[in-house]
Amino acid sequence: MEYFIQQLINGLTLGSIYGLVAIGYTMVYGIIGMINFAHGDIFMLGGFAALIVFLIATSFFAGIPVALLLLLMLVVGMLMTGLWNWTIERVAYRPLRGSFRLAPLITAIGMSIVLSNFIQVTQGPRNKPIPQLVTDVYHIGDITISLKQIIIVIITAVLLFAFWYIVNKTPLGRAQRATEQDRKMAALLGVDVDKTISITFVMGAALAAVAGCMYLMYYGVASFNDGFIPGVKAFTAAVLGGIGSLPGAVLGGLMIGLIESLWSAYFTIAYKDVATFGLLAFVLIFKPTGILGRPEVEKV
Amino acid sequence: MASGTNTMNDTILKVEHLSMKFGGLMAINDLSFEAKRGDITALIGPNGAGKTTVFNCITGFYKPTMGMITMKQREGKDHLLERLSDFEITKHAKVARTFQNIRLFSGLTVLENLLVAQHNVLMKASGYTILGLLGLPAYKNAAKAAIEKATYWLEKADLVDRADDPAGDLSYGAQRRLEIARAMCTGPELLCLDEPAAGLNPKESLTLNALLRGIRDEGTSLLLIEHDMSVVMEISDHVVVLEYGQKISDGTPDHVKNDPKVIAAYLGVEDDEVEEVIAEVESEGGAH
Amino acid sequence: MTTQAENTSSGLMAKAVKEGIFAGFIAFGMFLLYVGIETYQNIDNQLVWRTRWGLLAVFVVVAAIGRFLTVAFFKPMVDRRKLAKAKTGVLEISSEKSFFHKHFLKIALIALLLYPIGSVMLFGPQGSLKYVDNFGIQILIYVMLAWGLNIVVGLAGLLDLGYVAFYAVGAYSYALLSANFGLSFWVLLPLAGILAGFWGVILGFPVLRLRGDYLAIVTLAFGEIIRLILINWTDVTRGTFGISGIAKASVFGIWSFDVSSPNYFPKAMGLATSSAWYKIFLFYIILALCLITAYVTIRLRRMPIGRAWEALREDEIACRSLGINTVATKLTAFATGAMFGGFAGSFFATRQGFVSPESFVFLESAVILAIVVLGGMGSLTGIAIAAVVMVGGTELLREMEFLKLIFGPDFTPELYRMLLFGLAMIIVMLFKPRGFVGSREPTAFLKERKAVSGSFTKEGHG
Repeated sequence: MEYFIQQLINGLTLGSIYGLVAIGYTMVYGIIGMINFAHGDIFMLGGFAALIVFLIATSFFAGIPVALLLLLMLVVGMLMTGLWNWTIERVAYRPLRGSFRLAPLITAIGMSIVLSNFIQVTQGPRNKPIPQLVTDVYHIGDITISLKQIIIVIITAVLLFAFWYIVNKTPLGRAQRATEQDRKMAALLGVDVDKTISITFVMGAALAAVAGCMYLMYYGVASFNDGFIPGVKAFTAAVLGGIGSLPGAVLGGLMIGLIESLWSAYFTIAYKDVATFGLLAFVLIFKPTGILGRPEVEKV
Repeated sequence: MASGTNTMNDTILKVEHLSMKFGGLMAINDLSFEAKRGDITALIGPNGAGKTTVFNCITGFYKPTMGMITMKQREGKDHLLERLSDFEITKHAKVARTFQNIRLFSGLTVLENLLVAQHNVLMKASGYTILGLLGLPAYKNAAKAAIEKATYWLEKADLVDRADDPAGDLSYGAQRRLEIARAMCTGPELLCLDEPAAGLNPKESLTLNALLRGIRDEGTSLLLIEHDMSVVMEISDHVVVLEYGQKISDGTPDHVKNDPKVIAAYLGVEDDEVEEVIAEVESEGGAH
Repeated sequence: MTTQAENTSSGLMAKAVKEGIFAGFIAFGMFLLYVGIETYQNIDNQLVWRTRWGLLAVFVVVAAIGRFLTVAFFKPMVDRRKLAKAKTGVLEISSEKSFFHKHFLKIALIALLLYPIGSVMLFGPQGSLKYVDNFGIQILIYVMLAWGLNIVVGLAGLLDLGYVAFYAVGAYSYALLSANFGLSFWVLLPLAGILAGFWGVILGFPVLRLRGDYLAIVTLAFGEIIRLILINWTDVTRGTFGISGIAKASVFGIWSFDVSSPNYFPKAMGLATSSAWYKIFLFYIILALCLITAYVTIRLRRMPIGRAWEALREDEIACRSLGINTVATKLTAFATGAMFGGFAGSFFATRQGFVSPESFVFLESAVILAIVVLGGMGSLTGIAIAAVVMVGGTELLREMEFLKLIFGPDFTPELYRMLLFGLAMIIVMLFKPRGFVGSREPTAFLKERKAVSGSFTKEGHG
């Protein structure tokens, strides 16, 4: 039992990270109906920004408080990825909006290749290890919870609430939902569609940066090809939860995190990704629009 | 009024106790009607009466909640349409349809659109692709026959000059005619048309009427949904009127035109005023 | 008083300068951490950093000047050209095609047939290796894969992000069956194709009722599952070590390419011993495979099944209303595409003599899909051109030794290969969203064959 709860905790932590990235996929898909393949690499960029901030800050102020350091890593990471995603949308996706459906998908895949190779070229192909940031560990009976796990789950919960609030209760969120429903009509009614879409990209990127920073803190290592596997899993999470649905993305993320940790615990770790993808295929075959997705009505 | 060449005059389509529920909404409620072979049967009714839903049930795009739809083929074979899936209804039961929002293969040429409609015949002739891949003459002949059939319908629909243009390049009226020609290329016994005259100008409307009569005279029965009363009265032999998913009138165009319930439904009269309208119609009828 | 023209041009300049400066600022922000700072491990294996302000400055200046030039000159030029075209009302398509244009396919085919012979004559057997193998065979493999995927994506409009799975099935079928049962290439080539097609049906059946992006992600998932199984099922596949020593293809079982064999082909032909002959032989095999793929695709397009594929891409509901069994139609597209992937896979295995899961990553699927879309969906010529440009272009980068003279001896052009590949994907899409060949050849005609403009064709949603 303790072992099970332990795996549950590990799964929740991992799932929170996937969920944060998945929100970015789901928001972009919801608003412009495009799979932003480069989003996983934005997550990777966020992790690298945090890594570099960590190196600079600790070399100048050796005794910097961990909380302040983390905050700095988060904020700079969010700014960085926000700026990147804003530019990417502006340069590579906006000119193709409303054109041939596969064109933005191909540019997004191209962008993903560019981003990971850009980091490989500028920062080198080797894994970048950093020392443990947060080392506190608590024991409850036989169960071990580390402070970093608590931080990850709390930050995810807080951000989720903030985003839920923005999307459901603010004029910006209203503009986003209107654009999602009908872009042309929203524009006719005075919604600045371009700006709304840009903000959506920036928001998604900021969450990805938070996830990237957490990932770095959790595993203590960053690499240029970190974007792909977590990116695909986060996208899987978004689809599993029902793409376009914010709570669905988090639910999907948590599910994938749990499956991964439980599968690794009880079966073979080698096939954990097979389990994840298998579940995705299984869910989609029986519920083709994901768990919380709106069923697609076939209009004849 | 148009009088059908009801030589055979037997039933081709029989809808019995058809009901369709969407969630809590009863879109069609216990609807029964018949369409006669060789007739043009019109299904009319105000917006939201459930006409397109009836169509989608008949052509298999929706599975009805309850009821039975029987298609009686010329050779005497019966098909229960609610048990077939959409493509089987066209393939085996020989019921073809068009759509309210035209659905053409816009990137294929007009001719190709008509060839796609002959898919099942050609598939068989090509030995399910394998023999055709070897270039056997049987398939070549079938392909030639298919082009001839397509040309025949292109002439009927007045589209021969546009045969090699992309379907998406045609005018709205021409697209409507092409969609009908394409449905005819499947060789149907019953053709279901969903608002064929919607959005056409008067001249295009006339061409369409001629095309539809031509189709009927060649022995294909028609079932059509129409909004435009003038079209309905002009070409149909039999009219079924729906309101709120229920049949409120059924008969010849003349009968339906003078049915007070129909007038009330179309003019939107309150229930208690129906009696008044009935009285009015009757007194008018007496004056004539 | 200034004239109107001067006014607008000075206004344009001011705007360009402003946008240029803005772009510079943005670039500064974007590249500050990633270019301005370099992280590296010191002798103690500790991660440390140093600054690269010079490189950062280059990035910023390039961005600013690039943006300035775009706004000031490039955009107005494009607009003027568009305006001029709109004014004259003459479309680009000229009815008088040049000799080269008319006979393009014949010329290309002859050039391909002569290509290995030409490179042997020019560079000698050993020198020709690079051209026949790295360029010729490499590009043709991608041409074949892209033509195979084209059936699924370009014709039937089904977005498949896991095509590489079938390539892997073909390659491993060959590797395993040849190693365990000693079957020859000529037996296994069709078998690998059939097995891959079979897998296409098995994987396709449950997922084909999914639409659009859901289908894309499930195919991606299947692709990854197959790769992960190849990695982890070590008893059979030897995991990441891969399978090596795969048998070479023989000349139809008559001659062999093993130097030790008495039937060594070059000896029988009286040629010098060289691995180049084998590569040339392989070149002709893959060329033949490509031609078969093209022939089958062209034939299928003119048959009911091919037309049904294209109709499916245009409008699935209309297809069903015409009595077409869309599930069967999708499955045949999936299986046919998979089969060609399997052929290519078994060829790949015999050419490399070695297979490992490394070769079948998602990036390969992405590259193949990119070639299909960049070429223009459905167009065999366009796809072949895209494969030559994208694969040949990146291969060419390996050859650019002279760049070392410019950027210093540490410069490895290969590092930039995928970076440039990605950039090329983006740039081609931005300028030609419908790919190199955007129009479609009709499959039948009554009076004259007119190409269908890309603006009418749809891209499918399944």
